[in-house]
Amino acid sequence: MRFWIAAGFALALAAAATVMLKNEYYFFAGYTVLMFVVLATAWNILGGYAGYVNFGTPAFFGLGAYSAAVLFKATAAPLALQLLLAATMSGLLGFAAGMLTLRLRGIFFAIATIALTVIMETLFINWRYAGGATGLQLLRPPPTVPFESYIKMLFVLMALLAVAAVAIARYIERSWIGRGLRAIRDSEEAAECSGVPTLRLKLFACTVSGALMGAAGATMPMYLSFIEPASTFNLNYAIGALASPMIGGTASYLGPVIGAILLSTIQQVVTVTISGEMNVMIVGVMLVVFVVAAPEGILGLFRKFVSSRKP
Amino acid sequence: MPLDLLLEAVIFGVLLGCFYAAVSMGLSVSFGLLDVPHVAHPAIMVFGAYCTFLLTRYGLDPIVTGVLLMPPFFLLGMAVYRFYYEAFEKRGGKEAGVRGIAFFFGLALVIEVGLILGFGVDQRMVEAAYIGNSLSIGDMRIPLRFLVAFGVALVLMSALMLYLSKTFTGRAIKAVAQDEPALRLMGANPVRIKQWAFGIATAVAALSGALLIIIGPVEPGLDRVYIGRTFSVVVLAGLGSMTGTLAAGLILGISESIVLMQFGASWAPAVSFGLLLIVLGFRPQGLFGR
Amino acid sequence: MNPFLEIKQVSKSFGGFTALDSVSIAIASGERFGLIGPNGSGKTTLINCVSGSLRNDSGSIVFDGEDVSRLPAYQRTRRGIARSFQIPRPFASMSVLENLMVPLEYVAHRGLVVTKRTEAGAEEEAMQILRDIGLADKAATPSNRLSQVELRKLELARALAARPRLLISDEAMAGLSSNEISEVLEILFKLSATGITIVMIEHIMQAVMKFSQRVVCLDAGKIICEGAPDVIVANPDVQRAYLGA
Repeated sequence: MRFWIAAGFALALAAAATVMLKNEYYFFAGYTVLMFVVLATAWNILGGYAGYVNFGTPAFFGLGAYSAAVLFKATAAPLALQLLLAATMSGLLGFAAGMLTLRLRGIFFAIATIALTVIMETLFINWRYAGGATGLQLLRPPPTVPFESYIKMLFVLMALLAVAAVAIARYIERSWIGRGLRAIRDSEEAAECSGVPTLRLKLFACTVSGALMGAAGATMPMYLSFIEPASTFNLNYAIGALASPMIGGTASYLGPVIGAILLSTIQQVVTVTISGEMNVMIVGVMLVVFVVAAPEGILGLFRKFVSSRKP
Repeated sequence: MPLDLLLEAVIFGVLLGCFYAAVSMGLSVSFGLLDVPHVAHPAIMVFGAYCTFLLTRYGLDPIVTGVLLMPPFFLLGMAVYRFYYEAFEKRGGKEAGVRGIAFFFGLALVIEVGLILGFGVDQRMVEAAYIGNSLSIGDMRIPLRFLVAFGVALVLMSALMLYLSKTFTGRAIKAVAQDEPALRLMGANPVRIKQWAFGIATAVAALSGALLIIIGPVEPGLDRVYIGRTFSVVVLAGLGSMTGTLAAGLILGISESIVLMQFGASWAPAVSFGLLLIVLGFRPQGLFGR
Repeated sequence: MNPFLEIKQVSKSFGGFTALDSVSIAIASGERFGLIGPNGSGKTTLINCVSGSLRNDSGSIVFDGEDVSRLPAYQRTRRGIARSFQIPRPFASMSVLENLMVPLEYVAHRGLVVTKRTEAGAEEEAMQILRDIGLADKAATPSNRLSQVELRKLELARALAARPRLLISDEAMAGLSSNEISEVLEILFKLSATGITIVMIEHIMQAVMKFSQRVVCLDAGKIICEGAPDVIVANPDVQRAYLGA
């Protein structure tokens, strides 16, 4: 119950911000942070809960973005439909990738996801209708009432999506599905012998994860009024989606949120003051340090701190 | 495609494929035999390429540099494996597996960005007598550097294969991949053998890096396309098979070369990854899998 | 008498190595069955083929009249085949109780909508199993903090939580003290009394002899002897397999 109160409060805050804040920069930044919250949360459903590492977030994100863009170009469909198609396409990709590789060990799945990204990028580089290598320009329609600016509308939409993603992750985590996924992560063979349909659960997690990543990408074309392969299938999405939960904590739905907010903030500060490369270096070092020294992430450290304070 | 062009593509494919095989042999040992999820292997190779670039500025030949780099890289490899073992493999379980993969991903990232910060994003190349000239055979012109890389690759691979099958440590390495408990019973320490093997794999990466910068200019992000190439070769070969690595390397080289000639450079990166997905989907144990 | 579990000419190879060579065994419902053999004889491979962790190359596994050879392991568990692992594999991130909730939720209490009521029902059943097996006071303990014998008991408890009709216990007593062995034996006897068919794989001879009504001895993937415990023990082939020529 506390979760829904907090979520409602957050959404109310987001809506209020659109009325009170004038500087559009806040909404650009906020949109980006919330997008990484969705990506990190989606990643964690398969990576944290089930233990299957996905290096290919850009493939799902990018497929979602391009699906939305192509749909818009062909039919000028509204955002809601774009989102739906994006989530569906990326969900299907997750299912297909899972069918192909989730029977194998985790490292093969991980490598296959890198392959997916390159193949997706290559496909869209060579697809003229979607703009090819040079990209596609898109004309934004006016924002729907009651929003006065398009970016404010995208911001609220992304906030809704973030709440939905976290709610879905939370539901999975606390349900019997989550327990089954954790059993798979702890000992897949024992889980299978305990009656857990391991392949089906893994496919489920992979499909949901992919769909959410696609949904995260759906609004990118409208955000930029432009889409092109190199930046859409950028490694930064892979890094952010993977590092955020590993640093924030993979055991709970809160971990990816904390990690995403932390890393996005670092990214904003460092990229502007020092350089984009230094930002990646910091994230890389943090990832290695956390993975080695604080495997349960920031959440884990917090929990240890709290329990060591108890009398 | 006209026959003479096809022949040219195949010849290039063989030369390149042999190079890919040599590059992948390090991964065949570290991932194929030792089961380490070493996604940072191509990054270490690129690091080796840059080290070669630095040292050749003092006038050394790139291949000589590559060979000189092997001992320090060997030690580096041993250190990396030791660290990986203490931090992850010892603990066991899927949790450690996930973190192990994430660790190597982070490592690859740090290496790549380190190279960008150190050398910038521009391409770097080396110079040598055999770089820039070509050999003419009939209507074909084969760049000498490809032939040199091909030759060194062959020597490197033969040396590694001989080592693994003829020497005591080499055979211990193959044994530890197949039956660790048995090896323990024989009195050998599996961890030290794996450490040694990882060191060798990293030393091979050093020389591969030298060959990489001989074949063409390098830039920090090059490790990404080589993740695709090396892993598809290792998986297609069948984990742990050295002869398979050679065969798989040739298959990849020739496929890439033909696709390049027929469809152009924009499709070439997808060849290795496409091959990988096909193998994983339909014959995950590869050609010669154990 | 129709056999409950029928292993029909099952063979399994790994590369060039033949682990099982046309093994045939018939086990009756409610039987207490022992499987012995030296290390590497193929016992665990056979169990893996029965439980579904491995697919047999040829032959078939027929359980209660149904050919389950092509079924994935989780479906065999749902049909009533459960096993414990030789080296315990607890769900390390979960408590003892939660470990049992997994099979309970996925076999006995399966259903898409799990309400607070069904979860409570499953928890009560889990606690009962823990009480029967002597782990009730450890219900909330994280499973990665258990002692060896507690882990073995957890393995059995978890197998039981799947409500099996056939329970395969894979070397549950290795490395235990004689008191602990008696404890585990008592548990197995109690289970047999409720009608569960039990297949015990063991190296500890007194346990196998005391427990089994019939014993089969495997060596190098083949059955070398089958019969009552005292017959098996006296058999020269069995003695040779264990002690060498």
